[in-house]
Amino acid sequence: MVMAHTADPQPVVHKPHGWRRWLFATNHKDIGTLYLWFAFCMFLVGGVLALCIRTELFRPGLQFFQPALFNQLTTLHGLIMVFGAIMPAFTGLANWMLPLMLGAPDMAFARMNNWSFWLLPPAMALLLLSFLVPGGAAATGWTLYAPLSVQLGMGMDLTIFAIHILGVSSIMGAINIVVTIINLRAPGMPMMRMPMFAWASLITAYLIIAVMPVLAGAVTMVLTDRHFGTHFFNAAGGGDPILYQHVFWFFGHPEVYIMALPAFGIVSQVIPTFARKPLFGYTSMVYATSSIGVLSFMVWAHHMFVTGMPATAQLFFMYATMLIAVPTGVKVFNWIATMWEGSMSFETPMLFAIGFILLFTIGGLSGVTLSVAAVDVQLHGSYYVVAHFHYVLVAGALFSLFAAVYYWFPKMTGRMYGERLGKLHFWWSLLWFNVTFFPMHFLGLAGMPRRIPDYALQFTTFNQIASVGAFMFGLGQLIFLFNILHSLRHGKTAPQQPWEGANTLEWRLPTPAPYHSFHEAPELETAENGVVLDMRGGKHG
Amino acid sequence: MAVLDEHPQTHYFVPAPSRWPALGAVALFCLGLGAAFAVNGMSLGWWSLALGVLILLRMLFGWFGDVIGENQLGRYHGQEGMSFRWGMGWFIFSEVMLFGAFFAALFWVRLVALPTLGSLDYKLLYPDFSASWPLLTAPQPGQAYQAMEAWGLPALNTLILLSSGATLTWAHWGLMLGRRAQLKLGLFITIALGLSFLSLQAIEYHHAWTAQQLTLSAGGYGMTFYMLTGLHGMHVLLGSIILLVVWLRVLRGHFDAQRHFAFAAAAWYWHFVDVVWLLLFVFVYWL
Amino acid sequence: MSCLRMVGSAVACLLLPGEAASAQELAINLPSPATSLARLEYDLHSMLLLVTGVIFLLVLAVMLYAIVRHRKSAGHIARQFHENTTVEIIWTVIPLLILLAIAWPATRAVLNQKSTHGEDMTIKITGYQWKWRYDYLDDNFGYMSHLATPRTMPAGSTALPAHYLLEVDEPLVVPTGRKVRLLLTANDVIHSWWVPQLGIKQDAIPGFLRDAWFIVDQPGIYRGQCSELCGKDHGFMPIVVEARSPEDYARWRDARLKQAAASADDPSRVWSLAALRERGEKVYGQNCVPCHQASGKGIPGSFPALDGSPVVNGDKAAHINIVLNGSKKNPAMQAWGKQLSDTDIAAVITYERNAWGNHTGQLVQPAEVKAARGGAA
Ligand code: HEA
Ligand code: HEA
Ligand code: HEC
Ligand code: CUA
Ligand SMILES: [Cu+2]
Repeated sequence: MVMAHTADPQPVVHKPHGWRRWLFATNHKDIGTLYLWFAFCMFLVGGVLALCIRTELFRPGLQFFQPALFNQLTTLHGLIMVFGAIMPAFTGLANWMLPLMLGAPDMAFARMNNWSFWLLPPAMALLLLSFLVPGGAAATGWTLYAPLSVQLGMGMDLTIFAIHILGVSSIMGAINIVVTIINLRAPGMPMMRMPMFAWASLITAYLIIAVMPVLAGAVTMVLTDRHFGTHFFNAAGGGDPILYQHVFWFFGHPEVYIMALPAFGIVSQVIPTFARKPLFGYTSMVYATSSIGVLSFMVWAHHMFVTGMPATAQLFFMYATMLIAVPTGVKVFNWIATMWEGSMSFETPMLFAIGFILLFTIGGLSGVTLSVAAVDVQLHGSYYVVAHFHYVLVAGALFSLFAAVYYWFPKMTGRMYGERLGKLHFWWSLLWFNVTFFPMHFLGLAGMPRRIPDYALQFTTFNQIASVGAFMFGLGQLIFLFNILHSLRHGKTAPQQPWEGANTLEWRLPTPAPYHSFHEAPELETAENGVVLDMRGGKHG
Repeated sequence: MAVLDEHPQTHYFVPAPSRWPALGAVALFCLGLGAAFAVNGMSLGWWSLALGVLILLRMLFGWFGDVIGENQLGRYHGQEGMSFRWGMGWFIFSEVMLFGAFFAALFWVRLVALPTLGSLDYKLLYPDFSASWPLLTAPQPGQAYQAMEAWGLPALNTLILLSSGATLTWAHWGLMLGRRAQLKLGLFITIALGLSFLSLQAIEYHHAWTAQQLTLSAGGYGMTFYMLTGLHGMHVLLGSIILLVVWLRVLRGHFDAQRHFAFAAAAWYWHFVDVVWLLLFVFVYWL
Repeated sequence: MSCLRMVGSAVACLLLPGEAASAQELAINLPSPATSLARLEYDLHSMLLLVTGVIFLLVLAVMLYAIVRHRKSAGHIARQFHENTTVEIIWTVIPLLILLAIAWPATRAVLNQKSTHGEDMTIKITGYQWKWRYDYLDDNFGYMSHLATPRTMPAGSTALPAHYLLEVDEPLVVPTGRKVRLLLTANDVIHSWWVPQLGIKQDAIPGFLRDAWFIVDQPGIYRGQCSELCGKDHGFMPIVVEARSPEDYARWRDARLKQAAASADDPSRVWSLAALRERGEKVYGQNCVPCHQASGKGIPGSFPALDGSPVVNGDKAAHINIVLNGSKKNPAMQAWGKQLSDTDIAAVITYERNAWGNHTGQLVQPAEVKAARGGAA
């Protein structure tokens, strides 16, 4: 075959319009936008489910939801937040920013990228549809533990197939991210100079490819146990319910880092920008992130301390889990060192990043408390765990996402968000987040189990505080929505470089970022953390 | 092999907007919905499944047609080739993990669950049960069944798959050396071997299910046997179809010594399926 | 606006915790330990709280200092350092040392929790959807323990009972000062037996056995709940442990043994319809109501109605079979033969065939159930 570089046509020169632009999209920015809006909608849906939970738990006694329905609400809240909100939001950001940060024309597989996104709405539709079928949605908790999940009605089957589709979607999305990072970096952007966000996305994507198939395997076994006569999770046939938990948590623990590593990446971009100082300890950040990735495969059974493992297994998983505190600590200390002696200003992204560090540390430290098996015996399955993971998920993953959206909003849209509203959003969220979730530590310690629709009287006060906090926190998210919608039309026009200290590649592009950027790769001269010292060429239009 | 260009490539090919992915999403929705209804015995589900399969096929034809067309038009160069290769590699890695989940089930059942259930303490729950592998009766008395014999059909199948790996490599040489006849013949034999593997597998299943009472519910042994070999069989089927497509493209004169990503990907996939079979043979049939 | 009222009530909660929580003390820590294990866990947790608290305060302090002193608006100019191997090593090694210091007592505690041997008595605990069964293996008797407080607020009253959701009809009774070994298993799905003051939480796994132990220090009543999601009524399967002095316990046990001997049913006794129905209604109320409902209408989509069911109104053998051996299609309908006596099963079947809109007029005698059992096994 004759190669004809010179005659190589650039097929996509125009910008498609109307619904086709979105449904048939191959442009990474459009797909990223789709991901972000979809994730936000799912966040609202999951949030409304959370509000239902909090409403029922406002008072002891059953008021609004029967126990069976309550369990469905809890399950779907968890599933939707994890698979519908947080994961797609990070994939969307990676889609938007990676090509811009690395100097690539688009994602490596632009068409497959579209498929990754458009598989999400059907999957979520199946999940939500399960509320309507006889027997209702899965009522097992997001962990779908067998044998309970073997008992339920066809809502469980819809959930299983939804998870299969979600798996296909996230594996394709992750392959796209990995290949883009490995293969599409512009000349002059070696791996060890990439922005931390790219590193975080790379390792996250690797985790996704490794563990989503395992989840698919686990739910497939549940499916065959339900309908095809196998006994994977039934002792009477030679199986074992605990097998499910091992397989699930082999997925599940890396999964929680899938929701944490990109957050670390975002914070590692935001903090240096507003401290006007390079990221401290870039190399150790890379190694810390990688070792978290590796360690996360060796700690899964810390979710199973009360299943009755042998003492040796108990101890192994306890030590391995405690060990994760070390690389995570390195990251926290590096961020603080980046702030140290900086010249800090506190725009909204910076506020969310600082809030992230503080609250994530609380969540991480309660994680270390949980990791001590003997103490976990008291705390497992209680609201203490609920408190722990909302500190790392809401104040962690979600706050970092807010930071990212505020940070890159000017580059994405060409307009500034409203700074005062942004700050209000932050302080409001910070306050009510803690009002909602801090008391849950007390509840758990005092003995309140999770996943219950009704509780004994001594838990009343803190539940009421938490419920009020949840509603106020939710209300605060409307500030965010309003700010975004309003600024899209009426925001001040953003300069090319809205942040004084921002010096990664995306800020070298015009604002808003042109529809096609870098369809000719630029020649870069870079420093660590993606800092661009010089750029030549790089056509866009 | 893709050309590693002398001059750095200036453009990375970004496809135009495409309707295939969206169609594929519709297909998977129909499949998911249909499967959920079908396993619950609702006939609506089968219609939805059928519809899903049709849409999926349409989508695959259209999509791969586009890709092949773009390839023939020379849109793909070294860098795109590398992307495809990395992509395929990571895809196979995800498949490894999928099989890993089921192998984990096998090892867990054999090495942990079974000895526990048969241990002394458990006489309290299962007074009459004694553990041995293959587990020929479940802890709760049910029907008894027979285990598979490794050195009959399975051994033959091992031979078949291994030689199919060899013929594929032989075909690859043909491609590299420009011997098209060898390429065509090698591919053809590979596909034929793949299909005979599947037929023997079908015969074996039939025998096991009827004559040996080995069903999906036949305890830890039966379920892991069928899940692992079944999943593998589906991969052989898929691999054969991919090879078939490659063969048809070869007949049309596609691929040369430099540009043959589809061939390479199919070959990697085939070898991966081969290796899985070896593990299966050792851990499911033999040991 | 309702939001304002909420804020108001939140503030009220904060200011007047006593009132809002119906005069209960606000618990913010683990409850006071009643066994050596619980004390161990309590102390370990206090230590962790201290260590992590100090770490958090340090992080907070350094950050606040930087935020206050090193900010642009205070005119601070950034110093562009970005590496220092020494400090990086320090802040890798120090956390490692802290963790090592934690690991030592943590390891000892785990080993202590796991040393279940040398017991004075063994109790088998079985989790059912949604109740517990306690079998005293040394004395060969056992019983079920159900939730005893009403599920909804009694009509007309404004206050829930004091131990709402935490009261059972038959608590687990144990002697103080004796090492009790628990053998846990479950009948249907995974449950978890959790009594905070005893320092025990252990999953009960269907088809498998797990063990745990405790020695209670003082007589008293210790409450807990199931802590593994086990379906609809997971929130409604409390645990109550009553610890008595050894002498008290011995008296209780003897009474139990006598009672068990007296109430053992003779499976060949022939019952009257009315007597069986009456007994069956009780059995139904204790076992079947959660799913099939008191009305016999079930929960559409999940649990079939028995009122008007073809099985209940049809052939007796099929009815006996599903109750005795459970359903192959849906494991939620379990094999009741394993936990109910022939008489109970005969009674509940008789009840079902003559309750609500079912008027078969038929009765099933215990002997028929016994015969069916023989056939199935
Ligand atoms: C983003 C998600 C996320 C993250 C990052 C983490 C991080 C951690 N988690 Fe968490 N976890 C969850 C999400 C997450 N978790 C979820 C969702 C569940 C519940 C699942 C379910 O059951 O539904 C859960 C449950 C869970 C359990 C099981 C509890 C139970 O059910 O019994 C445990 C037990 O070990 C645990 C531990 C940890 C630890 C040790 C970390 C560590 O990675 C934390 C490390 C961070 C720090 C320690 C802070 C910073 C470090 C320093 C300042 C250095 C100095 C510190 C020391 C020397 C201690 N987690
Ligand atoms: C992944 C991220 C994530 C996020 C972001 C959240 C966000 C929230 N979560 Fe949850 N949560 C999980 C993941 C997450 N959660 C998981 C994995 C579980 C475990 C599930 C299981 O047990 O299986 C869980 C479980 C869980 C429980 C325990 C349920 C139980 O055990 O029965 C509770 C209880 O309070 C809770 C509350 C909340 C609240 C109040 C929020 C809030 O932050 C939500 C805020 C958002 C909104 C409120 C919506 C936005 C606002 C509007 C739509 C406007 C309308 C608002 C008003 C009019 C006020 N979550
Ligand atoms: C945990 C839930 C649950 C409990 C408790 C329960 N059942 Fe059932 N029952 C079911 C389910 C689910 C089915 C449907 C089984 C099927 O579809 O094969 C069922 C079916 C039945 C049927 C057959 C009805 C029909 O029309 O098919 C009878 C009779 C029955 N149960 C009796 C009882 C009796 C008697 C008890 C108590 C001793 C009881 N059940 C307790 C869940 C339960
Ligand atoms: Cu039993 Cu929860
Ligand atoms: Cu974990």
